[in-house]
Amino acid sequence: MGLNFISSILFATVVAGTPLIIVALGELVTEKAGVLNLGAEGTMSVGAVAAFAVAHHTGNPFLGILAGMAAGILMSLLFGISALTLMANQVASGLALSIFGVGLSAFIGKPYESVALASVEPIRIPLLHKIPVFGPALFEQQGLVYFSWVLIVLVAWFLYRTKAGLVLRAVGESPVSAHSIGYGVVKIRYQAVLFGGAMAGIGGAFMSVFYTPMWVEGMVAGRGWIALSLVVFATWRPARVMIGAYLFGGCMIAQMFVQGSGVRINIPAQALSAMPYAATVLVLVLISRNRSTIRLNSPASLGQTFLPDA
Amino acid sequence: MWLKFEQRPEPSKTMSYLSPLLAVALMFLSGLILFLVLGKSPLEGFKVFFLNPIKDSYGIAELFLKATPLMLCAVGLSVGFKANVWNIGAEGQLLIGALVGGGLALHFEGSTSPFLLPGMIVAGALGGMAWAAIPAFLRTRFNANEILTSLMLVYIAELVVSWLVHGPWKDPDGFNFPQTKLLSAKATLPLLVEGTRVNAALLLGIGALLVGWIFMNKSFLGYQMKVAGQAEHAGRYAGFSAKRSVWIGMLAGGAMAGIAGISEVSGPIGQITEHISPGYGFAAMIVAFVGRLSPIGIFFSSLLMALLYMGGEQAQQYLNLPSSISKVFQGMLLFFLLGSDVFINFRLRLVRRRK
Repeated sequence: MGLNFISSILFATVVAGTPLIIVALGELVTEKAGVLNLGAEGTMSVGAVAAFAVAHHTGNPFLGILAGMAAGILMSLLFGISALTLMANQVASGLALSIFGVGLSAFIGKPYESVALASVEPIRIPLLHKIPVFGPALFEQQGLVYFSWVLIVLVAWFLYRTKAGLVLRAVGESPVSAHSIGYGVVKIRYQAVLFGGAMAGIGGAFMSVFYTPMWVEGMVAGRGWIALSLVVFATWRPARVMIGAYLFGGCMIAQMFVQGSGVRINIPAQALSAMPYAATVLVLVLISRNRSTIRLNSPASLGQTFLPDA
Repeated sequence: MWLKFEQRPEPSKTMSYLSPLLAVALMFLSGLILFLVLGKSPLEGFKVFFLNPIKDSYGIAELFLKATPLMLCAVGLSVGFKANVWNIGAEGQLLIGALVGGGLALHFEGSTSPFLLPGMIVAGALGGMAWAAIPAFLRTRFNANEILTSLMLVYIAELVVSWLVHGPWKDPDGFNFPQTKLLSAKATLPLLVEGTRVNAALLLGIGALLVGWIFMNKSFLGYQMKVAGQAEHAGRYAGFSAKRSVWIGMLAGGAMAGIAGISEVSGPIGQITEHISPGYGFAAMIVAFVGRLSPIGIFFSSLLMALLYMGGEQAQQYLNLPSSISKVFQGMLLFFLLGSDVFINFRLRLVRRRK
């Protein structure tokens, strides 16, 4: 294995992990407020198609990101109306969002299936990108890759170093107490849900405008669900999301490993494609095995509907 | 003055029946708006989407054909949903059921045994159960969330199907198409009405609804499942095993989804391909919710869902719209149902705005 090969593996791992980091951090904030939104897959899909369409028509990938974000916010607003205002079951509302979003993206995206988008030049950090092996992976990436790193710091800082973050966590741990000392539980949960939607939309935009760059029905391919699992894997801690995302990113490019390693083994392509899904199951088992890990780390009111007057 | 939700003293039974009807009405209404937005005549769109598919007896037979896998999957899922066991991987269980049952037929190719077809259906059920047993085991033994694991297994099942039809099971005389040989006549479900495609699987579906009704309403085990879902602590206090609820819920869903899968393969499709199901396993969740998790409700909601599938095909053919419009309607229907359900536990009150 040459150094060039290792370098390109690292590069591809970071790229594959980026949408997972962004989406998982959005969901992490949502869950910290006590809301389980299973709609990430649908939100990402709609974000991806909206971003692709806008980037295609305007020729501006940055506007594409904004469109993906706006679409993500609108999608999560649907979830909020259902699960927060109308107090429907959060699991069912999230499933509805995923089913609706995947269908809607296929519907909107049909005319764009044969359209190609010009690939976007990466942002090279002067000098640093020339470091052998690590340079390209860390310093010659799309803007959203750098954004994902900033986001980890921002989310960690917000949750653990600001008053608003403390209130959000209080809402997630004990909405009744937060309500009784005067915090608007539903309002704070709405903000958390919309932030999660915005991030899922940006994650989708990264997929369609920068990663592939094209739109195909079903291209999100479970990444929204994997991002949800990542939050459990990270035991609701922002920094660990990054480790998990790159682990899964590595699984997603397993094909590249096999082709590049030069070893002639006869593994069906489908077995390699199944790796991230199998890894997700494995990781969930390893983390959940110890019941107290989950109980101590997951927000206490996660998934429970808050009734303002009950 | 503003509107405010006020909790009812007890859940309204009337509203729990009216809510699905309200949801369907809202879906029709937004359908009209959607067609208008898409630049089609709303009435024409409505006619093509909701009426054209069932304008003749062949169409009605197709409606029952497509409703069959939906009612099978939904009645199985409803058992788990009642106990808050969230099996969202019915699509994968359907595919594995289709593979195991279809594999049996391919293995005993040319067999004329009368046991072949029943054997395939049992094999399909077992295949679906085996796939559902994985998340059940991981949940009961390792506490792993069944929502995420059952869904991951859908993607894996799709890849297993893809591998088999591209590789070991590919028909050698099939011009390299990714599909198996056609199943023999003995391995094909008999038609119920000549000249249509509706087959004996419909009887299996209706049978499953009956069994589901008896299980949930007349058996102690079914009662335990309901208690476990509605009042977890009460269930635990009464000594009902939560693990058993998970196992029963998952296996019931897996078995029915597996039968749905093999019914498609030995019915309208006639072979294993990569396109066994257009998302029946996911749509069945909506069918179960809209049918209020009750077999009678599921019967009607599966027909409605089948209509949405057929409407999508019509819209593609006559309105030049992508057939995925079906899934937009499916998702809207579930949202409207969840929204309407608020009126089961709450009523709207006009209140004076607080100072």
